[in-house]
Amino acid sequence: MSQPTTLFDKIWDNHTVKVIENGPTVLYIDRHYIHEVTSPVAFLGLEKRGLNVVNPQKTTATPDHNIPTQNQHLSIQDALSRNQVLMLMKNCKNHNIPLYGLNHKWQGIVHVIGPELGLTQPGMTIVCGDSHTSTHGAFGCVAFGIGTSEVEMVLATQCIMQLKPKKMRIKIDGVLSKGVTAKDIALYIISQISTSGGTGHFIEYAGSAIEGLTMEGRMTLCNMSIESGARGGLIAPDQTTFDYLMKREFCPQNQKWLDAIAKWAMLKTDEDAIFDKEYLFHARDIEPMITFGTNPGMGTGVTGHIPLTASLAEGERITYEKSLQYMGFNEGDKLQGKSIDYVFVGSCTNGRIEDLREFSHFIKGKKKAENINAWIVPGSKQVEAQAQEEGLLAILEAAGFELRQPGCSACLAMNDDKIPAGKYAVSTSNRNFEGRQGPGARTLLASPLVAAACAISGKITDPREYLN
Amino acid sequence: MPIEKFIKIQSSAVPLDIENIDTDQIIPARFLKAVERKGFGDNLFRDWRFEKSNKPIKGFPLNDTKYKGQILVGGKNFGSGSSREHAAWALYDYGFKVIVSSFFADIFKGNALNNGLLPVQVTSEELNEIFEAINRLSQATFTVDLVEQTFTIDASNKVIDFEINSYKKECLLNGYDDIDYLLSLKKEIKIFEAT
Repeated sequence: MSQPTTLFDKIWDNHTVKVIENGPTVLYIDRHYIHEVTSPVAFLGLEKRGLNVVNPQKTTATPDHNIPTQNQHLSIQDALSRNQVLMLMKNCKNHNIPLYGLNHKWQGIVHVIGPELGLTQPGMTIVCGDSHTSTHGAFGCVAFGIGTSEVEMVLATQCIMQLKPKKMRIKIDGVLSKGVTAKDIALYIISQISTSGGTGHFIEYAGSAIEGLTMEGRMTLCNMSIESGARGGLIAPDQTTFDYLMKREFCPQNQKWLDAIAKWAMLKTDEDAIFDKEYLFHARDIEPMITFGTNPGMGTGVTGHIPLTASLAEGERITYEKSLQYMGFNEGDKLQGKSIDYVFVGSCTNGRIEDLREFSHFIKGKKKAENINAWIVPGSKQVEAQAQEEGLLAILEAAGFELRQPGCSACLAMNDDKIPAGKYAVSTSNRNFEGRQGPGARTLLASPLVAAACAISGKITDPREYLN
Repeated sequence: MPIEKFIKIQSSAVPLDIENIDTDQIIPARFLKAVERKGFGDNLFRDWRFEKSNKPIKGFPLNDTKYKGQILVGGKNFGSGSSREHAAWALYDYGFKVIVSSFFADIFKGNALNNGLLPVQVTSEELNEIFEAINRLSQATFTVDLVEQTFTIDASNKVIDFEINSYKKECLLNGYDDIDYLLSLKKEIKIFEAT
């Protein structure tokens, strides 16, 4: 009998073209996503070497990072952003790469549209010049972010060179409490293992609480894998995965579909397979979470207090104090009740239809607080259309919110959606780094439900107060 | 683009004793709008280095004339966050050839190596010794020898061994890049695709 192996190993080994002795693996890539920001220099590199894209149909392009979320039918005002989007169009045209450009019905954040179109399928290797490529691991893929040199490698050869990461399994058993979502699981894990706890590893998420998540929830969780430092995170595909993918645009159909799911159902970690590191957490210990500092590991239950500096290891205190100073918080502060200024719902972490549903259902019949500026940004054109069809748009508008147009938006503030310096934003995105949402902006990461409660009350609020 | 060869350097260092320096700090997203690889060094650590008015922020080590050199020494978990290769480009373009830390984020490490920027990982105790050496004498020099895989604190002659993957070491020593290598595997990749 062969050695029991992990799901990660099975996919990785299945895509190994060659292993260099004491060196990296030459890994074959099934699906490559590109966007306007990290691809231009890669195409320039190809040009300099006189190379073509070896397999254009295995790459899919969409602009998302720098585009405006209002008036997308007009020319992009910012000249540099416009130029990047035009370059993407030109490069895709020159190399026959499928592009879903601005105003295309399939345009959106690259990690939202890939799964939505069924381009992301179980067992694949997937890369993109974006660290949140880990999102696609939700489908049982080995998916991870790469740099621009590596984008060039994939374009030129459909392969990259990677050192094989170690394997980690994080099990969450039990049932999530009311008001606790996949985002809270992600923030909880990172608060426990830190933003470098996953470094050097690829995570498999397992356990009953994970199996109970929807595909949207699984994508949120896998998306945040990189925030623990991990290369990626994946979840074994199951009926939930197949139900999500069935009849999606680029998925196999009819007999081919049946063949595919028979194959995908085999993608599992063998019993007794060995991981380099394992964690077990209990769903009951997870509260709705919020961050208070300048990395995603600085999070706590929304009812919690900011830890005292003295509770940290001596070497970590200077960085911790600097972080609290940036946030304008004091050690020991209670988070609940702190006034906030902005609410951002969107991004590849929480910009999918289920996120908009959760937010909309929560605020239905209530009113946005006067002091809150809210930016609700769908992850894709399809999410936008569905939100309208399901009546979410009407609910949002009745409560004083507006729905913007799809893009990465205030998650990284490359467009005009910048949180002003010193202002507090409760954000469903993935990073609370200094200046991430605009120079001087102060970000508090949370789930769409926590964001909804904060948007209604104008301050940090536990959504469970409203749920009973 | 072939990378510049790295064999051995001796240089003073710039200390940045902060943990979790993420790539958004190294180069904020709003400076990622170029379509060519040049000039990123101007915006390296932009928001830590300059005020909104572009006035240099006093006290930030890169603005402090007593520190200079081709080595940047950073706190634990250097380069976390975004995969932007622009972070490696900015550090390199500014003039750094070596980054020293007690822990590097994976994607940053790969990006650095792909650009001829050498990440030297040391223990946290060794990192403290390096910071102390700079504290004692801001122009303290260090010798980084890739062939021997050693980082030497010249003042005390303390030699620190560091790890680097042997393939990556060869690439740096010879200025090879991965694309050249992958292109040489064209046939094997074709065979793999067919099976």
